[in-house]
Amino acid sequence: MARFKKEKSGDLPAISTASMPDIIFMLLFFFMVTTTMREVTLKVRNTMPEATEVQKLEKKALVSFIYIGPPYQSNLYGTESRIQLNDSFRTVADIAEFIYTEREARVEADRPLLTTSLKVDREVKMGVVTDVKQELRKVGAFKINYSTRKKAAKSQD
Amino acid sequence: MARKVPEINAGSMADISFLLLIFFLVTTTMDVDSGIVRRLPPPPDPTAETPDVKERNVFNVLVNKSDRLFVESRWGDISTLRAEAKEFLANPGNREDLPEKKLETIPFLGEYPVSKGIISLKNDRGTSYDMYIQVQNELTAAVNELRDELSRQKFGVKFSELSQEYTDAIQKAIPMSISEAEPEDIGGTK
Repeated sequence: MARFKKEKSGDLPAISTASMPDIIFMLLFFFMVTTTMREVTLKVRNTMPEATEVQKLEKKALVSFIYIGPPYQSNLYGTESRIQLNDSFRTVADIAEFIYTEREARVEADRPLLTTSLKVDREVKMGVVTDVKQELRKVGAFKINYSTRKKAAKSQD
Repeated sequence: MARKVPEINAGSMADISFLLLIFFLVTTTMDVDSGIVRRLPPPPDPTAETPDVKERNVFNVLVNKSDRLFVESRWGDISTLRAEAKEFLANPGNREDLPEKKLETIPFLGEYPVSKGIISLKNDRGTSYDMYIQVQNELTAAVNELRDELSRQKFGVKFSELSQEYTDAIQKAIPMSISEAEPEDIGGTK
């Protein structure tokens, strides 16, 4: 009798959660290694077009980004495509200064290797992009990269 | 004798690490930056004369404001653009209306007829960026496929798997000759 009672008594033993921190830390390290810090807060929509013939951007530290697209807060900023440099809306005239500051921030040896990555929304009209490209030509930032998402190459033949 | 040291309660450790994890999830991005790489030409020199390029050496691609293609003075289509560009650049049958070739000595390849063809791309201010990228993509694909074919034929491997000096040789044999026309409303005179 007593033996039966002993087995029935007490609640279920608590499940040990001791390994939970380890698991989460593992996840955390995974994320820390595979991701990069977000640099700017996007103020423009940025759905990039897809392309198959893409190349990876080699050195992230040598890339400056120009974002072009319709603003998110269209009630405040309208629906016309805007240019975003760093964290604020700018005009084409500000691009030269932006490129100069980007250049100043780099080591002398790296300056000719600077790439400008154009992150342009797919619905933007080419007029704005052409203006930006002309401006980049004027300041001598010739290496550019049209940022796109990678589309799986359709099988030829 | 030796008293057991009471265990430290590690119950909140999971919460702390969760917090850190969520912080990283929010502040970081995972996307790898990739895109189509281009080199812009330096600004035109007003004193320099425009180089004389023969009509047969230029492949004109125009995109209008309603995203329609105009290839070599005919309506074109994005699905056939790649093949057309390839045929133009390679000129397999040595046709009279397709670009001339110039024999050049290239390391590893020997004498190779390098095409003088140039693809000239022009777009309207109203062209959508998506269409522009599609066109750029098809033209790049044409060049890349030609390079791939030559690489397979000469070295038996894909272009992307070649070592640096072979890559340079192929790039010399099949140059990436895509030029963009000067925009008309800027720099007025042209």
